[in-house]
Amino acid sequence: MLDPAIIEQLRSIVGNSNVLTSKVHLATYSYDAAADVPKGSPEVIVMPGSAEQVQSIVNLARNHGVAIYPRGAGTNLSGGTIPIERGIVLSFQQMDKILEVDAENLTATVQPGVVIQDLNNAAAPHGLMYPPDPGTVTTATMGGSVAENSGGLRGLKYGVTKHYVMGMEVVLANGERVRFGGKTVKNVTAYDFSNLFVGSEGTLGIIVEITCKLLPLPKFRRAMLASYKTVEDAGNTVAGIIKAQVIPATLEIMDNMTIRTVEDFAHVGLPVDAEALLLIEVDGMAEEVVSREAEAVVNVVAENHGVLRVANSDAERDSVWAARRAALPALASLNNCVVLEDATVPRSRIADMLGALSAIGRKYNLVLGTFGHAGDGNLHPTILADKNNADEMSRVHHAVDEIFETALRFGGTLSGEHGIGIAKMKYLGNEIGDSGIDLMRSIKNALDPTHMLNPGKLVPAKEVAHATR
Amino acid sequence: MQPDKQASIPASATGGPSGPYPSQSPAIYDDLKELRKELDKCMHCGSCMAVCPVYNTRKLESGVARGKIVVAEAVLDGTLALDDQEVVEMLFNCLVCKSCMQGCPTKVNFDRIMLALRAAIVRKNGLPWLKKAIFSTLRNPALFDRGMKVGAMLSGLAFRDAGQKAISPRSPFAFVGKQAGFDEDRLLPALAPEALRDHLPELVQVSNPQAKVAFFTGCSLNYFYPQTGKDLVEVLHENQVEVSVPKDQGCCGVPAFVHGDVDTIRELGKRNLDAMDRSGADYLITGCGSCGGAWQNEYKEIFSGDPIYGPKAQHWSERTYDISSFLVDVIKYRPPLGKVDAVVTYHDSCHLKKTMKVSREPREILKNIPGVTFKEMSKPDACCGSGGSFVLTHFGTSTEIAKRKVEDANQTAADTVTTGCPACMMQLLDNLHRFGQGQQVRHYVSLLAESYRKENEAQ
Repeated sequence: MLDPAIIEQLRSIVGNSNVLTSKVHLATYSYDAAADVPKGSPEVIVMPGSAEQVQSIVNLARNHGVAIYPRGAGTNLSGGTIPIERGIVLSFQQMDKILEVDAENLTATVQPGVVIQDLNNAAAPHGLMYPPDPGTVTTATMGGSVAENSGGLRGLKYGVTKHYVMGMEVVLANGERVRFGGKTVKNVTAYDFSNLFVGSEGTLGIIVEITCKLLPLPKFRRAMLASYKTVEDAGNTVAGIIKAQVIPATLEIMDNMTIRTVEDFAHVGLPVDAEALLLIEVDGMAEEVVSREAEAVVNVVAENHGVLRVANSDAERDSVWAARRAALPALASLNNCVVLEDATVPRSRIADMLGALSAIGRKYNLVLGTFGHAGDGNLHPTILADKNNADEMSRVHHAVDEIFETALRFGGTLSGEHGIGIAKMKYLGNEIGDSGIDLMRSIKNALDPTHMLNPGKLVPAKEVAHATR
Repeated sequence: MQPDKQASIPASATGGPSGPYPSQSPAIYDDLKELRKELDKCMHCGSCMAVCPVYNTRKLESGVARGKIVVAEAVLDGTLALDDQEVVEMLFNCLVCKSCMQGCPTKVNFDRIMLALRAAIVRKNGLPWLKKAIFSTLRNPALFDRGMKVGAMLSGLAFRDAGQKAISPRSPFAFVGKQAGFDEDRLLPALAPEALRDHLPELVQVSNPQAKVAFFTGCSLNYFYPQTGKDLVEVLHENQVEVSVPKDQGCCGVPAFVHGDVDTIRELGKRNLDAMDRSGADYLITGCGSCGGAWQNEYKEIFSGDPIYGPKAQHWSERTYDISSFLVDVIKYRPPLGKVDAVVTYHDSCHLKKTMKVSREPREILKNIPGVTFKEMSKPDACCGSGGSFVLTHFGTSTEIAKRKVEDANQTAADTVTTGCPACMMQLLDNLHRFGQGQQVRHYVSLLAESYRKENEAQ
């Protein structure tokens, strides 16, 4: 239990009602959306209302060697917000103001607790959007998604979170506040700090304000669904579409296991005998351009023996995306433990990776379905298991090891968008080597010498003067 | 017209993928261990955060379904005690509005989890004395009826007339009641001097009826909004439907059930099922989403396995309709011709939309009334914060939720806010008064009745 005097000081910083210590509250900040990772109960939850309060909390925690775990909505899939070394959960849910939507500069400035969808709702009347769209767009916060550098369905054409962050205000472990970047498209002043803090998973500093880029909402779009007898044909279609110089807004794939499960679950009329499905959407500001791109897609699908269905109305479009959205829930309904990975390979290796994944599922006798963002090589192999079956869970862990090994062998990466957190820390060295880990430690030690910020995540600890709590 | 299960009962009344969530075995109300499987369905993704009205008031994890599920797991694991005051408070800080269940990727039946846990608390510690007193009154219809009527007579002492058949606390009572929200701004519907079932005959006949229905009034229409009940009967009468209003019906039991009192809903359910059996009607009609939900789901669930009441509950479950779906889908009602000048918006009552799956039909009725301009509000199915007794026990949270609702209604500039549930009407009445622009609150069926009346006057 934290020293009551520290709790008292926290109360004086943020007010009584923003300091939570009861058993129920401690239990409800002990987890996030990641499966098969340890839980950890914090000692206190603090909900700051301003950057100044965050500074005071950081100074207090540093002086007493208490760990701080920044948290948005707790929807990440890598255990990134779990307070495994107790201490303070710093919840940003009350710093949820959209400070500005600047339609002339195409920017927005927000507090970290703003929900991504709320920013989109505020931008829409200006004809603008914030393109990164993780599956949790209606719940995840801007602070959390910037810290995790989240991706989503539109990554291929529109990029991911890091491509939209233009500036920030951050509270450092030493208690100082620093602002960098801003509304200008060009800015080469100082180091590129935005790219240092985006994806830092709360280990380098605490984000208290974000300035991000907005884009005009595309006016036209066309959705299509193509089914294939072989995974290779689907893979060749993906490569062929890009080669035809069409960059779809979304280019998603589902394997046979996922197709059958979705159909059982949602009855949306998917071809259950298909080995793979591609869900494709092209969009743009001009109808003619969108039509031409759709036509090119139609040709590539035909060349690769695909059977195409084009959505001719909003309702048909909705049904295409309903099938995609049902992928994870449908798979999840099969058992009580959902291990959802995001191993990513170069686009050209999609077919190879899909083949390897289904072989891994068979080898370990596991229920494994794969869907994901074919256009950017970011796949979601999803294993469904019984968390109470130790033997099965052990096979799951072996299969996950092999999935990462395979992704790296194909020139890919451990994580396309979910982050390292606790879940993938042990694989880190396999991708970036000892020298890479040393570099991470150097940066971590320079910015957070006592490892008080989100300790136990992303950066493997080694012989540091550790926050002890 | 005989009920034809194949032709006339939409999927919403019989289950299926778009229907209500499949019933759990009633074992979850007798043994908490049975709940584990339901809890396991949750993958802690947090989708519930987007829609939970309680969560969006203070944004605490303990407010939302995911957090409550984790605490329930801790209770089953033995790391937290079920009757720990903090746990009890958390479990009752939920409206059971089912909003979280609408978008839940893995279809967790969160309402069942809440009710089972509350039932377990009652099993362990009994009901608190106040709830015990209230629910035992519900089980004694004569006493309950007398109490409500004495209340109607005496209400003038504590409340002043505030127009729109509403009352507001008088000053000394307002001072005392401030904590529970009974301040001087509080607007409550007046208890009617004459209850609906005292006013209506037991059988409202028509020549050549096209259908015979029984009207289950529920308490709110009976005691607070009898005019709405009369409007409902009038609308059926206009459509050549014979209406029986069994005198020995009582409270549906949902108010007790949500507080974990399974015995009371079982007793009330049996009495209501017997009363409706005696009516000889082909359909059962409700004008309240919570009552209708009890007939479609709760009775079937709590009596499953009961050799006598199980089949009765099943029978009526398939024949229960909200008045709007009965009019629109079953009898193809006659569109009214009388002009009602109103700019109308519609609030989806949670239990009407999320339990009975009724949302299209009331809108269709409203849009077909001559003179009505229909304006959809943003998030029409967001909870109003009433939750039956939640507004009494959690007034602050309830009012914050209602304020968001009223702000959405204000945006439409409608002069009339309609809904399909009397509990929502009470909540809207009070909060439109606090935060609104002088809008009227009406049950959608009352606008339809008014249109028929104007049509008849013109002839």
